[in-house]
Amino acid sequence: MSDSEQPVSLNSYIRLCAVVFAVVLCTTGLMIGTSFAHIGGDTWTLKVALILAIAVVNAFLVAGYLMHLLSEKKLVYTVLIFTVIFAIGLVGLTMAAMNDFPPGTATH
Amino acid sequence: MDIPYTIKNRPDTGLYNAKLGVWLFLASEVMLFGGLFSAYILLRVGAPTGTWPHGWLDVRLGTVNTLLLALSAITTLLAWASCKVREFGKFKFFHACTILLALTFLGIKSYEYHDKLVHYEIQLNNGKIADGHLVEKSADFNLAKKTGSVTLHGHEVETHAELMDLRSEEAKKAVHAELIIPASEIKHMENYGPRHNTFTAIYFTLTGLHALHILGGTLVIFYFWGPGRKMWQTEPERFTNRIEVSGLFWHFVDLVWIFLFPVLYLT
Repeated sequence: MSDSEQPVSLNSYIRLCAVVFAVVLCTTGLMIGTSFAHIGGDTWTLKVALILAIAVVNAFLVAGYLMHLLSEKKLVYTVLIFTVIFAIGLVGLTMAAMNDFPPGTATH
Repeated sequence: MDIPYTIKNRPDTGLYNAKLGVWLFLASEVMLFGGLFSAYILLRVGAPTGTWPHGWLDVRLGTVNTLLLALSAITTLLAWASCKVREFGKFKFFHACTILLALTFLGIKSYEYHDKLVHYEIQLNNGKIADGHLVEKSADFNLAKKTGSVTLHGHEVETHAELMDLRSEEAKKAVHAELIIPASEIKHMENYGPRHNTFTAIYFTLTGLHALHILGGTLVIFYFWGPGRKMWQTEPERFTNRIEVSGLFWHFVDLVWIFLFPVLYLT
């Protein structure tokens, strides 16, 4: 949400919200359509990538416009940049360790 | 002693303290859910081919919940905007909408959990598997003593693999009927609770933690809508900032669901 010193017009927010909700409706429908479409044959890799890409658009709308992240203070961006770096590290290290079994571990 | 910078921004950070605090809290929440999403990826990528379930969750209910949360995020923003323009009546209306939408979300989630908890997979002594929703257990049903029977609304399959992809053409052709199964024919019986397999485990963990966040957020919003609104009479700007901070948390909860829905319901 935006800085407390900026002027606010309720009607402009209602218009913004109507647009955001319309886009959320479309992107949700698009995700569902992609999920049931015959894309990528029997594997789910392409479908998952497409669906997550649409989800990112949805998330951008919520974070950018409803949370007003597009017009936030520099400190918030700094906090979020560090968060993204650590989150990527968290997921990346987990993935990197996926096939790192101790000697003697039974696998499929 | 007054707490400093509850209304005005600090000169060094450019934010009032609660706002910086909530962003730091949300950063920690990203790491919490990030860890669980990592676990999901690990389980899914590590699952042998054909063993990861598809179509186990009701997309219609997931879609309704997605739209409910999107609407609640909007009503939260409008509640805050109403405070900014000093229209307290509209604030109360929009926050009441948020509470109702959140409770509806939780109601649907509870229904989904119940649906999984009464859904059973029964391994029979003849090697087949009976799968379906529990209709009733006879009064004398006791699996250990092999007495009584259970009635399922479902179908029988030859192999466990047939239950994995409920979107497949074979699964769609399955005819569901009432099956009365004597306890003496049951080798093993288990519902689709968290211990059923890794999918249900991560599904209940992720959505359960998310539902707890919804519940917590709803309690906070209810407090500001009810007893906490007294602050509006004395310190309207501070109250507005409180609404902003609780709104940021609510939007984050919506953001998490934006990824949970496709990951669990659509892929």
